[in-house]
Amino acid sequence: MLSTTKKLENTGFSFDNCLRNRFLEKNGFISPKGKKTGTTIAGVIFKDGVVLGSDTRATDDTIVADKNCEKIHYLNKNMYCCGAGTAADTFQVTSMVSSNLELHRLNSGRPVPVIVACRMLKQMLFRYQGYVGAALILGGVDNTGSHLYCIYPHGSSDRLPYTTMGSGSLAAMAVFESKWKPDLSENEAKELVKDAIAAGIFNDLGSGSNVDICVIRKDSVEYIRPYECLNEKGIKRGNYKYKKGSTALLQSHTIALHLEEEIIQTINDGSSMDTS
Amino acid sequence: MSILEYNGGAVVAMKGKNCVAIASDKRFGIQAQTLSVNFEKVFEISPHLYVGLPGLATDTQTVYQRLKFRQNLYELKEGRSMSPKAFCAMLANMLYEKRFGPYFVEPVVAALDKNNEPFIVAMDLLGCMTTPDDFVVNGTCSRQLYGMCEVLWEPNLEPDDLFETISQALVNACDRDAVSGWGAVVYIIEKDKVTIKHVKTRMD
Repeated sequence: MLSTTKKLENTGFSFDNCLRNRFLEKNGFISPKGKKTGTTIAGVIFKDGVVLGSDTRATDDTIVADKNCEKIHYLNKNMYCCGAGTAADTFQVTSMVSSNLELHRLNSGRPVPVIVACRMLKQMLFRYQGYVGAALILGGVDNTGSHLYCIYPHGSSDRLPYTTMGSGSLAAMAVFESKWKPDLSENEAKELVKDAIAAGIFNDLGSGSNVDICVIRKDSVEYIRPYECLNEKGIKRGNYKYKKGSTALLQSHTIALHLEEEIIQTINDGSSMDTS
Repeated sequence: MSILEYNGGAVVAMKGKNCVAIASDKRFGIQAQTLSVNFEKVFEISPHLYVGLPGLATDTQTVYQRLKFRQNLYELKEGRSMSPKAFCAMLANMLYEKRFGPYFVEPVVAALDKNNEPFIVAMDLLGCMTTPDDFVVNGTCSRQLYGMCEVLWEPNLEPDDLFETISQALVNACDRDAVSGWGAVVYIIEKDKVTIKHVKTRMD
């Protein structure tokens, strides 16, 4: 796993297979690359908070691997993070930082400032010199106001009022540059982000399917998935179902599963444990 | 050539109505040379939880053994069986630990969870999960499988229909792939039983 501390114990990545894999590569067996998100992600600051948006396509080379994947990741109660790049990296980096932010929140007993998350993310990415391929848009609201950061795979970051990332970033930025203005209302911001993501979906082949949007305000978060279905699947006209018995069998056997025990435990009441 | 195509093999899983199915071919070869026709890539983890590991055969077996080892430790320590979600998290983290020197397997997980809801997951070789609500495919004929599944699959298939759908999708996809096929096995997982069917296929 990505190590989050500087101690060199039995944590961090394992390089056990590297020698073998390099040998295979030398003999002409290409090492496959992981799945990419091939994404359009965008974020914008409005009057009372931040709006984050993303498309929902994941690609494996030229194959659409997932038509409705989630690219806006939870970091903490008051902040979310959009991820572009290598899908496994964006997921692992954000989930690990999310854990550390929760520990930070419990230790300090206050909402975590967004800049803390930004610093954690960029230090982790910088440590791996760009080999952890995560391009992120971090947005959140804390006691000092609304913040939007753009974090690059090598560990640099920008603090911006509006930003885009991923393969569809140019299409999305074109929309922002023509329509953005200061002090947007919440609805204007949502529509602007939707238009930017839609520009990515329709003009970038790496992006597609639906628009997801996450609105982060001072005291509330609204995660809308999907915000808009721009590409509905067509209705099947014919029936292509195979008749029962069309598949020839060689042998078949059934394992019966017996329910050994079923315990239904009722929880006393609705009051949950206080962890704040 | 990609190392994922060295031994050949494909796995597919589908959701049905109160049931779930996972199927794999049975070929094991070294490039074009077929060595065995009973090399299954789907393993039982617990009565309602199966994992398919297509890819490089040596890694199929290594990853399975390490998964079983970690699962046994979990069950000894916790005194309960592993939920599909916990199992997938374990597998994803195991693969991501080897981010810069990966195992060449692309896992597919099929299960019924504790509420008997169908559960399917596919991962890439770095452990990135996708959880669609229809079907998942991986392996050398994944392109062909995507096409077959996209046409044949429909919502709320009963166990019998699900079997026909997944078998025909796999068999016909494998017929258009030189390095997979040579027999297939299908697991239909229901609340009270698991049916294992060996399907007749072309042997060329």
